[in-house]
Amino acid sequence: MPILEVKDIHKHFGANEVLKGISFSLEKGDVLGIIGSSGGGKTTLLRCINFLERADKGTISVNGKVIFDADQHNLTVEQQRENQLNFGLVFQQFNLFPQYTVLENVELAPRLLKRYPEAEIRERSMTLIKRVGLEQKIDMYPCQLSGGQQQRVAIARALAMNPSILCFDEPTSALDPELTGEVLKVIRELAEAKMTMIVVTHEIAFARDLSDKIIFLDHGVIAEEGPAKQVVDNPQNERTKAFLSKY
Amino acid sequence: MVQEVLLRLCAGFVKTIELFLLTLAGAVPLGLIIAFGSMAKFKLLKIVVRFIVWIVRGTPLMLQLIVIYYGPGLLFHQNIWGMGTSGRFTAVMVAFIINYSCYFSEIYRGGIESISKGQYEAGQVLGLTKRQVFFKIVLLQVIKRIVPPMGNEIITLVKDTSLARVIAVYELIWAGQTFIKSDGIIWPLFMTGVFYLLFSGILTILLAKFEKKLSYFN
Repeated sequence: MPILEVKDIHKHFGANEVLKGISFSLEKGDVLGIIGSSGGGKTTLLRCINFLERADKGTISVNGKVIFDADQHNLTVEQQRENQLNFGLVFQQFNLFPQYTVLENVELAPRLLKRYPEAEIRERSMTLIKRVGLEQKIDMYPCQLSGGQQQRVAIARALAMNPSILCFDEPTSALDPELTGEVLKVIRELAEAKMTMIVVTHEIAFARDLSDKIIFLDHGVIAEEGPAKQVVDNPQNERTKAFLSKY
Repeated sequence: MVQEVLLRLCAGFVKTIELFLLTLAGAVPLGLIIAFGSMAKFKLLKIVVRFIVWIVRGTPLMLQLIVIYYGPGLLFHQNIWGMGTSGRFTAVMVAFIINYSCYFSEIYRGGIESISKGQYEAGQVLGLTKRQVFFKIVLLQVIKRIVPPMGNEIITLVKDTSLARVIAVYELIWAGQTFIKSDGIIWPLFMTGVFYLLFSGILTILLAKFEKKLSYFN
């Protein structure tokens, strides 16, 4: 059974239909890369999956259980928050909490939601911060860190709530080119550790190497999908070919 | 003579400080409630609150003092504020707190609306409640941003306390003025300026310290 199953997601903003029926599934431990030109709906799709936007139509299931159905409006706030925790999201703009240190950023949610015993929260957080290579920076504030370091903290923070599926929304787009490497390295290590991930990215080469499957999103529909290397090296769809020829 | 003047000015100054502190104690929290009202999703509430804020910010505080003190008596033929000094003081407090909470509410609203949507979304995807997002993530960032404009208003309040005089509350200015009638001297009135300067000077230093304390993040 796939860990994630997305069925027929539609979303419009005003008269603009951004997603026109998106369906895909994702197996546990796999990485899904989502590529496509700007305005194609990549970010909107990710935001629908993470409940930052409410899809107009469609369902989302995790481990076979429907956690979102656009036709149902009867979820309590508590249930919605519980469903939310299936996913972690790393933003393009990091969105770290500026008044908290690296350690505090990572510990905030588990502590407020009393997810683990106090001692365990500290231990887990330290492990995560080590994993992104920032154990020297635990007492620093976000404004004292480079963009790449901030994004790595954001990854540790997203992992702190132990999501089943970790999502990335163009995680390197806001970074200077020389800083993207350190972030990509962390994501690659997560993939090697069999973390289930969805990565929206413009880094085609990275998506090709990292992903098990790639979806090419164009004007709100999946124009092409398949094994990563096949889609990138040997695209079938004309639009995919045109898009990839620019890289 | 000098001693007599200082003594009476100090008595007036105590009242001024009392007005100042009580106004802050009332207007700082009430302003937050009004700010939430002016941002409410419920349209009618939002319109009503913004209308009230417009009235309060659009008319002189001196006029508001007079209307609040004399208005109820004219309408209901009854002095709801109670007799004498304490009644007048209550009316002044009500007028000051309403006036300043409206100004504060606009500062709060500006501060709250300046926080990026990403901060709320980051809290949401971590599973935090709306309340936790506001109090644990957004609030301190808002406070940091509103310290300079709040500082302005607070310093203005120091001087606005002198308006209490129009409904005969004995504060610093009045204490200085009495010497004109009783002794024919005007320098005590001039001297009140020193008190205001000292007070606002101390506040300026405290505000700067507070601002510095919050400078560890941006």
